[in-house]
Amino acid sequence: MTTIDTASQTASHSGSTSSGAAGIMSSVGEWLTSTDHKKIGRLLIGSGLVGLLGIAVVGGLLSAERANVNSVFLGNGAISQLFAVDRVGLAFFALLPIMLGLGVAIVPLQLGARSLAFPRLASAGFWAWFFGAALVIVSIACNGGPGGGATKFVALFITSFGVMLGGLTAIAISLATSVLTTRAPGMNMRRVPLFSWSVLVSALGLILVLPVAIGATIYLYVSYRYNRVPFGGNYGIFDWLGFSLTQPATFLYALPAIGFAAEMFPTAARKRMPMRQTVLAGLALVGVAAFSGVTQVQHTLPWRGSDLYLGHLGKKINDLIQYGFFNGLPVLGALIVLLLGPLAFKGARPKITAAFVFGFFGMGMILVGMLGNLVYGVDDLKLSGTVFEEGAYTYVCYGAILAALGAVTYWGPKLTGRKIADKQALPLALLGVLGVVLASLPYYIAGFADQPAGEVTFSYSGPHALWNWLATVGHGLFLLTVLAFIGLALKSFRSGDAAGDDPWDGQTLEWATSSPAPDNNFAAMHTVMSAEPLLDLKPSGENA
Amino acid sequence: MLALPAAPAPSARRQLFVGTALACGAGAMVIGGMLAIWLRFRDEALKSAAHRWLPKKYPIPEVASNIMLLSFIAVAIFAQWAVYAARRDDKRHVGMALGLTGLIGLAIINAQAAVWVQMGLPVRDSAGTAYGVMFYAITGTFAVFLIIGVAFSFITMFRYLGGRTAQREIVTAHAIYWYFATAAFVMLWFVVYVTK
Repeated sequence: MTTIDTASQTASHSGSTSSGAAGIMSSVGEWLTSTDHKKIGRLLIGSGLVGLLGIAVVGGLLSAERANVNSVFLGNGAISQLFAVDRVGLAFFALLPIMLGLGVAIVPLQLGARSLAFPRLASAGFWAWFFGAALVIVSIACNGGPGGGATKFVALFITSFGVMLGGLTAIAISLATSVLTTRAPGMNMRRVPLFSWSVLVSALGLILVLPVAIGATIYLYVSYRYNRVPFGGNYGIFDWLGFSLTQPATFLYALPAIGFAAEMFPTAARKRMPMRQTVLAGLALVGVAAFSGVTQVQHTLPWRGSDLYLGHLGKKINDLIQYGFFNGLPVLGALIVLLLGPLAFKGARPKITAAFVFGFFGMGMILVGMLGNLVYGVDDLKLSGTVFEEGAYTYVCYGAILAALGAVTYWGPKLTGRKIADKQALPLALLGVLGVVLASLPYYIAGFADQPAGEVTFSYSGPHALWNWLATVGHGLFLLTVLAFIGLALKSFRSGDAAGDDPWDGQTLEWATSSPAPDNNFAAMHTVMSAEPLLDLKPSGENA
Repeated sequence: MLALPAAPAPSARRQLFVGTALACGAGAMVIGGMLAIWLRFRDEALKSAAHRWLPKKYPIPEVASNIMLLSFIAVAIFAQWAVYAARRDDKRHVGMALGLTGLIGLAIINAQAAVWVQMGLPVRDSAGTAYGVMFYAITGTFAVFLIIGVAFSFITMFRYLGGRTAQREIVTAHAIYWYFATAAFVMLWFVVYVTK
């Protein structure tokens, strides 16, 4: 049955017939007001990547500043502002918009839906996030922000941060509703593609966590405006909102990247994912991180290993349970995905693509960040207040963004009709991995050497200049990777080879429509009989 | 392009209902998070030597706050009445129930304003206590939810009376919203107005 009355139009078709300034204005206007989920998703991904470039520069500058502990070249006043930009920006200017953008662009296609649920809400969410983020940058630039002294701009920072959170929550509601209500006939929850499932878990987690931060923002604003004592004025901002800018809340933000990586295993193997339900459970376990965000507490383990006095046994067990639940379960979930994924390769000759390499290593980096958070939580190691946490944060955020670059490589053909050549993208994936490791790992080491977080002047025994220069190089390499990737993507998606409808031998519904996908995604509604509906149709596909 | 088996258009999966429920979940987390911070501050204030929390010279007007609670019970009943009538295609009763829900919502906003005026609590406290800031932040946030609810009631009523009687889902979604508002206020009432 035809589900759309008019002939399908391609997303890239619109505006191509107009010429001159009027045509450009019309095209820009169409993008700005569009309710097409593919356009909203691309706006989010594009804005997030631009934000990421700025944040990588800031990260590199801060590392370089810390390499020389005897002089301050950025200026004392700018340091605290740059720390604020780095911390807020990586999560909220780059990671979350990119992850949600991928979800908005791809999830309806994977579900066999003709559109996103509440596309206007998602569009409004995008613009709220966009202007909120822009105002956060303006406020920090004008000496506002957590360490700033300009009263009006600190108030602007708090307000715009809340607006940004509201926008992201709106997008999360739109995404979760899409997965829950717009699935193709026959697609029950157990047949939902792994990426869409991870987006659902992440979106539900965001709906739980971000509003808590919004509530704290309201208190902070009223307190800052009228009575600064109770909430600590501008210096109290990170005390109250910090939970949304650190682990394990970041696991929730990075979850779609893990979902993408999980989806890459069976696609590369051209087989069904073995123990698929367990992989779904693993992805859901990562979502447990949401509960830690809700409680606004980092659950640490005050083990005091040498103290074996049995009178404290009950407390120790209680600490261990909380630590294991909030920090351990997300790691267990990611481990399940990483261990079960390669089972798809058994008896198969996997086709290793650039998208797979991006996804696999991106997920690996996230896992290293998660393990770092486990170590950080052990109080006896005395890592609290050191740059160790910054290392874990960078591992998780950069790792997830690395996987997101793979997702753009993988799904780009469905959005543009053209593909990025694997040979050109593969070196970038490897360069990106090197960048992530160098930007993060030195801070693990420097953390054990007691280098304090958020400081540029400190002293400890050890080659502090080496660790901080290595981190600077890492940020630089990651910046180079993203810049080169953006250039390659722009060139390939404009004038690269035509991709065809199913360039990767895909298994899920998005590969059943034309490339680029038409405005309403599918000319006809499909019935789904398994979790890999396209594999059912292929001669090489296994039977369900 | 691969040809999957064609399917008839799927039956409606109550998109508006699910979306509203998720939005209510987000709203509950806003209020829940704020109440949690409230309880933490209250606990710390009462444990401190200065014992500074609600200033004694600003008594909470209990009549207005209790009337608000009773009004919420009425709102929840009227919202469900609208759902009941919509199932029976009783356009007149749906319109009446939705209109009454909106009007009582307005009355609750009025009662909230009365609480603020009668209390006369300053936001800025010279002693530096958190109470004024937190009281206005949490009740003000809840007032925003109330305004959204009233707008939701009247929009639903006008849509329904305007002839979109087949769209019953919006009436159910409207009821869900007011259940959320009622549950949130019960929590807020107990924490802010009863235990203070």
